[in-house]
Amino acid sequence: MSTPQLEAKNVMLRFGGVTAIKDVSFAVEPGAIHAIIGPNGAGKTSLLNAISGVYRPQQGQIIFAGQDITRMKPYERTSRGLARTFQNIALFKNMTVLDNLLIGRHTHQHCGILKGGFYYGPGEREEVAHRMVVEDIIDFLEIQHIRKKIVGTLAYGLQKRVELARALALEPKLLLLDEPMAGMNAEEKEDMARFIIDTNEDRGTTVLMIEHDMGVVMDISIRVVVLNFGVKIADGTPQEVQRDPHVQKAYLGQEDAEVAGVAEA
Amino acid sequence: MATIRCGDFKTSYAKDMAIFDSAFARWCLALFLLALLTVPLYASSYWMDVTNRVGIAIIGAVGLNILTGFTGQISLGNAAFMAVGAYATAYLGAHLPGLPFVLTILLSGFLAAVVGMVFGVPSLRLKGLYLAMATLAAHFIIEFVATHWNDVTGGVAGVSVAPASFFKYSLDTDSKLFYLIFGLMFFLVFFAKNLFRTKVGKAFVAIRDQDISAEVMGVNLFKYKLMSFGISSFYVGVAGSLLAYQAKYISPENFPITLAIDYLAMIIIGGMGSILGSILGAIFITCLPELLRLGASSLSGTFPSLVGLFASLKLGVFGLAIVLFLVFEPDGMAERWRKIKTYWRLYPFSY
Ligand SMILES: Nc1ncnc2c1ncn2[C@@H]1O[C@H](COP(=O)(O)OP(=O)(O)O)[C@@H](O)[C@H]1O
Ligand SMILES: [Mg+2]
Repeated sequence: MSTPQLEAKNVMLRFGGVTAIKDVSFAVEPGAIHAIIGPNGAGKTSLLNAISGVYRPQQGQIIFAGQDITRMKPYERTSRGLARTFQNIALFKNMTVLDNLLIGRHTHQHCGILKGGFYYGPGEREEVAHRMVVEDIIDFLEIQHIRKKIVGTLAYGLQKRVELARALALEPKLLLLDEPMAGMNAEEKEDMARFIIDTNEDRGTTVLMIEHDMGVVMDISIRVVVLNFGVKIADGTPQEVQRDPHVQKAYLGQEDAEVAGVAEA
Repeated sequence: MATIRCGDFKTSYAKDMAIFDSAFARWCLALFLLALLTVPLYASSYWMDVTNRVGIAIIGAVGLNILTGFTGQISLGNAAFMAVGAYATAYLGAHLPGLPFVLTILLSGFLAAVVGMVFGVPSLRLKGLYLAMATLAAHFIIEFVATHWNDVTGGVAGVSVAPASFFKYSLDTDSKLFYLIFGLMFFLVFFAKNLFRTKVGKAFVAIRDQDISAEVMGVNLFKYKLMSFGISSFYVGVAGSLLAYQAKYISPENFPITLAIDYLAMIIIGGMGSILGSILGAIFITCLPELLRLGASSLSGTFPSLVGLFASLKLGVFGLAIVLFLVFEPDGMAERWRKIKTYWRLYPFSY
């Protein structure tokens, strides 16, 4: 088997008295779409935060493409090919869509203070070159009509799409998505699912996503990790996970109708 | 939807990203510059002095705005960083008299940048009011040094500043200084404007808007916050250097904490995170006391008591102006200007 794109080994993350993740291990194959599911408060977002470096786990390791990144700062992980979106959109609200995406090019740009401040020459060439990369992504995600709009003024569904675009502007090897379809209507969800599949197929990006909508998870991911109270209770193909008695029990204990779908399906 | 004037069609990304989006705007700017060049020909020495102070204030306000308005790091240290630039110029003038003034100004700016970066280190851990307190401490530390390091600063008495000179040529009048101040001002404004079109400037704004997100997008927070302190303090230091040349004699009294607050007022009234706003704010705050003084003296014939009231009147009107702006135009004069422009662009269909 080839080196996994991402490997978590015995990861443990505590907030004061709360243990958000307990001894979780799993691997993501290069080029695949994996999903993390689990009831609210199960520790999914915390796990993503540990992977992207927003929090540092007290125990365990995060291995990215064979390299131990557990002690690295978030920006160091980004320049190695890791990108993410946030559950509660974290865009640069006062900037235009275009500028948000251009920030995504930060790690690929090299002009410092002087070349930037003098602009004409290297500064302008670099900006134009990266503007072209960004325009490709704008076309890909069909957001041409809003490229000059201030992000804070956009509808929620569009903001989610812009956040995906910003992550793609990094041209990452691994894309972490925290509930990319939460709060969207059916049509928007369908679009988003298509964009995620296209990203994976056309750009070869490995995807690890947290998602509540079971239909989507079953449709697009090849492997699913299930968390409950910070513990991994299952890890397998969508079909295996659905049949798993632990998973059924964890979800039947929940009132959430949407999530309960997993047990019935 | 009406965008940028009819028939103005962008043919390349480079043009789409230009600062002045039309030939009309560029012509207006050129005319304005030409008019400005002639100011020393007819301005009285009083207005020459005010004009030079406006130019210096613009450089300082742009500098502070880079740090506070664009990067979101509140600083009360700018009067102190200005003092660093000013004292450096005085010191270099006295000890290296042969040094061309351009180098003196550059070195003064760099020294202020280094000091600014040192006092910017706490910004990695501190935000908002706490950072304001830390930079306030920077102000008092530097003020302490200025009043006690007699050999360099002349202590409370101060030091005199040799005029800006280049070999035999010396900028010894306000009219000659005008060209230096405004030349540098235009260059630095242009430089700042460009900075925010490229990687470094955008990273600053990203830090202001969402620092966690910025870091996840690959921005090294510590490095870029320090860079922002450095660039900002460089501008402020250059402003201090020019202030030293203009004042010819400096002492700690030139750099009180109220000066730092004046600069904050400039960028708040003008517009946080706006270069144009820094310019408008600097003009407004520098000219307001002069206008009040003129008003008071023209009324003094009829109401002699007004002149005595002037000092308190100045502070009152000053405070009132800030409050009115915060209430009615929280985004500053630059935003008001943008709204007026949009209104006329769409006129008469301005609904
Ligand atoms: N920054 C934090 N500080 C304290 N507790 C936290 C923090 N982030 C998450 N938690 C706790 O960790 C647990 C898991 O939360 P989270 O990872 O957000 O769950 P999920 O994303 O699966 O809904 C919850 O009990 C939550 O309260
Ligand atoms: Mg979550």
